[in-house]
Amino acid sequence: MPKDTGIGASVKRSEDVRFTTGKGRYTDDFTCHGVHFAYFVRSPHAHAKINGIDKSAAESAPGVVAVYDGHQLTGDGIGNIICGWGITSKDGTPMKMGAWSALATNTVRYVGDAVAVVVAESLEQAKDAAELVTVSYEELPVVISCADAAAAGAPQIHPEAEGNQIYDWEIGDEAATDAALAGSAKIVEMEITNNRLVPNPMEPRACMAQYDAGQDHLTLHTTSQNPHVARLVLSAFYQIAPEHKLRVIAPDVGGGFGAKIYIYPEEIVCLWAARKAGVPIKWTADRSESFITDAHGRDHVSTAKMGFDENNKITGFKVNTKANLGGYMSLFSSSVPTYLYATLLSGQYNISNIYCDVQTYYTNTVPVDAYRGAGRPEACYLIERMMEKSAKELGVSPAELRRTNFIQEFPHQTPVIMAYDIGDFNATLDAAEAAADVAGFAARKAASEAAGKKRGIGYSCYIEACGIAPSKAVGSLGAGVGLWESAEVRVNPVGSVEVLTGSHSHGQGHETTFAQLVSERLDLPLDQIKIVHGDTDQVQFGMGTYGSRSGAVGMSAISKALDKVENKVKKIAAHVLEASESDIVIEGGAAKVQGTDKQMLWHEVGLAAYTAHNLPDDMEPGLKEGAFYDPTNFTFPAGTYICEVEVDPDTGVVNIENFVAADDFGQVINPMIVGGQVHGGIAQGVGQAMMEHAIYDADGQLQSGTYMDYTMPRADDLPMFKVSTHETFCPGNPLGIKGCGEAGAIGSPPALVNAVVDAIGADIAMPVTPQAVWKAMNG
Amino acid sequence: MPTVSMTVNGKAVSGEAEGRTLLVQFLREELGMTGTHVGCDTSQCGACVVHVNGEAVKSCTMFAATAEGADVTTIEGMANADGSLGTIQQAFQDNHGLQCGFCTPGMVMSAADLLKNNPNPTEAEIREYLEGNLCRCTGYHNIVKSIQAAASAGA
Repeated sequence: MPKDTGIGASVKRSEDVRFTTGKGRYTDDFTCHGVHFAYFVRSPHAHAKINGIDKSAAESAPGVVAVYDGHQLTGDGIGNIICGWGITSKDGTPMKMGAWSALATNTVRYVGDAVAVVVAESLEQAKDAAELVTVSYEELPVVISCADAAAAGAPQIHPEAEGNQIYDWEIGDEAATDAALAGSAKIVEMEITNNRLVPNPMEPRACMAQYDAGQDHLTLHTTSQNPHVARLVLSAFYQIAPEHKLRVIAPDVGGGFGAKIYIYPEEIVCLWAARKAGVPIKWTADRSESFITDAHGRDHVSTAKMGFDENNKITGFKVNTKANLGGYMSLFSSSVPTYLYATLLSGQYNISNIYCDVQTYYTNTVPVDAYRGAGRPEACYLIERMMEKSAKELGVSPAELRRTNFIQEFPHQTPVIMAYDIGDFNATLDAAEAAADVAGFAARKAASEAAGKKRGIGYSCYIEACGIAPSKAVGSLGAGVGLWESAEVRVNPVGSVEVLTGSHSHGQGHETTFAQLVSERLDLPLDQIKIVHGDTDQVQFGMGTYGSRSGAVGMSAISKALDKVENKVKKIAAHVLEASESDIVIEGGAAKVQGTDKQMLWHEVGLAAYTAHNLPDDMEPGLKEGAFYDPTNFTFPAGTYICEVEVDPDTGVVNIENFVAADDFGQVINPMIVGGQVHGGIAQGVGQAMMEHAIYDADGQLQSGTYMDYTMPRADDLPMFKVSTHETFCPGNPLGIKGCGEAGAIGSPPALVNAVVDAIGADIAMPVTPQAVWKAMNG
Repeated sequence: MPTVSMTVNGKAVSGEAEGRTLLVQFLREELGMTGTHVGCDTSQCGACVVHVNGEAVKSCTMFAATAEGADVTTIEGMANADGSLGTIQQAFQDNHGLQCGFCTPGMVMSAADLLKNNPNPTEAEIREYLEGNLCRCTGYHNIVKSIQAAASAGA
């Protein structure tokens, strides 16, 4: 039995008290004396030359203190926005990164590209003045898709990338894969599109920049998943200020899903302008602005070929993918369609031969980067649609085909870098089939048909990679950063505990789950423990939260720091209580000598450490320990999702009748929170599968750019989900955690689409809107 | 600038508001009550729901001046008199009905309006009622459970 506040307990979240009472403090809730407001003048054209900007009328408008353009920004030495993961093409050349100034100088490359900023006393004044800025554009031809970008004679978007291609990358052995496919008894082929999405955290991006002239110091409040990474990049690459003269605070953040990893033009401009104009500056995106400035997700077009032998074992898998990276390369954009995607193409299956090549292109659309799952949903969708289609063509059940090919022994080295450490794929498939009552499906289908409806069932056996990985490994693959995490555990003189973590919570509930780990280890009540995060002046350093890494990496760092704290506590107690260190146990809020009634209460240990009146001779005073944890491998969450749908053939409306998730996340710290992560992930995956789509017209205008056009799942679109976990502990980190944040979004789209395909008997692309379903059924 | 007066969470307040100032702007910027959130600009997300004269209203669709003299309740007014969580707020915490917390004020205010008019809603009625409130974190599963629990607790 778990302790009621320790690991494995569904502890209610301490952060909910402020969030349910309106006392959360999000970036836009902050203000300061003399605050001014920024409003950005943005390009209405997808591709155009800027022949001139007339700011004069705006500059003299009421309340306006400054109007700045890109030439002033670059003139002050502010650096271009960079992509932090270098990818090398097949021919050995580095990726072709085009210049991206936070305010465009001579060319705009997507609708929404910022060209000027107005700073005024009120937001209304800034907006009014922005309308007075006259930009002289010379429109250029537009490309919106990879096919357009790659076409002969296509307009050139960046001079650095000839033919608009950023890189042409490959992984795996092409010759061996071709040979394996040639010798196959059966080949199955598909073309698969992974639709473009807008992440849409409910809190729009925002920032507030303050310059303290006396200290020559800048403070930025911002909606970030990784404030230290923001400070590093702002300092090292954009020349905003040296790190010790820049504080980045990411307070309560209202969801991220990847979109708040990146350092965007607005933060750069507000910081620079706050110093230049000498006023504090606040900016908050309108939702319409979010749609055309937050990094989008997905947007792949792939062709895939899978071979099978006469026993239905997979012989080889060959994939070509074209990925649209938008108008500029966002911070981690290059890694998404490569190392976060093609390395997962083995899925849960034993495949000896895999080859994938990926071409990425610039287009006149919003930059594309990691969105919940990032590359892994694209890989999972490809494999799991392929498995379902293959099962039908081979005349076997989808579950049987999967079981025939499951990896059963661990560790397992795939041909595409990943070494799976542990898993039990049959266990999650068994659990999902039981929960979905697969045995009763035929009867339910018959009942639906009797009522004039179509019914289908679809599977998805996903695997993904979290953590993200050992810093040395990602460094060798091109990453510009290490992917470790840091933590510091401070025991105060009165015994309360503060944990400073480089992870960042924007909905994940770290203030509760991280405290559960401390409570488990030190046997202290939760109200004696505080988790501090999101402020570069408080936390030494950290890599932040993305890639489902806060448990596997962030908590592992805390665990290491706790090891050191426990060590010192035992030494102090052994010294004071005149016992052997090996006899000291930490329990019940005290350090006790095992088998005796001698003990030091927790606050007595703290006081002893800080008064330093009676410590071992070689011991430093104080009780504060830090640790860095670098993962030893990726972690590999995996599981099976089964979706059952009913389709109305007259309208094409798809109704989700049942959705089952059986996940293996390794050790679960808080089952309630893990369940919530799965629910939310499934909802986003179902959103992608059924309704969400960022659609550009031929002129590069985003057609689905508000909540009236971009359909997000609402409460009545979704059922109650049946979720369960089946743990195999990850051997690679001290807590056995794999990660749960993205699995739902990775595993769910193919389950839903496979169910619809099963129901209607025709192939269909995402999103499976009523119109698309009706068309697929009626030709 | 014109002055607008109203009662917010039982307290008489007044402040300056331009004709174009929205009620949500007045609450957040003039009164500093930042519990009510703005998540969109097309009245779709529901993060800004408050009660005006007992009716749930998206405060981004109402001018502050229109609320002149009105009795307004915001998320800050939903706790018990002793400061403990109100029944609906407690149900959201108990059932993990929130993650990032940004949509939560609107969800709680909408839930209160639903339960006032329909004290024992079915799951389908809850889901239908919430069509004006977007959440990106929870998949609504635990929000629905929270509202069911609040109904059972007699909210």
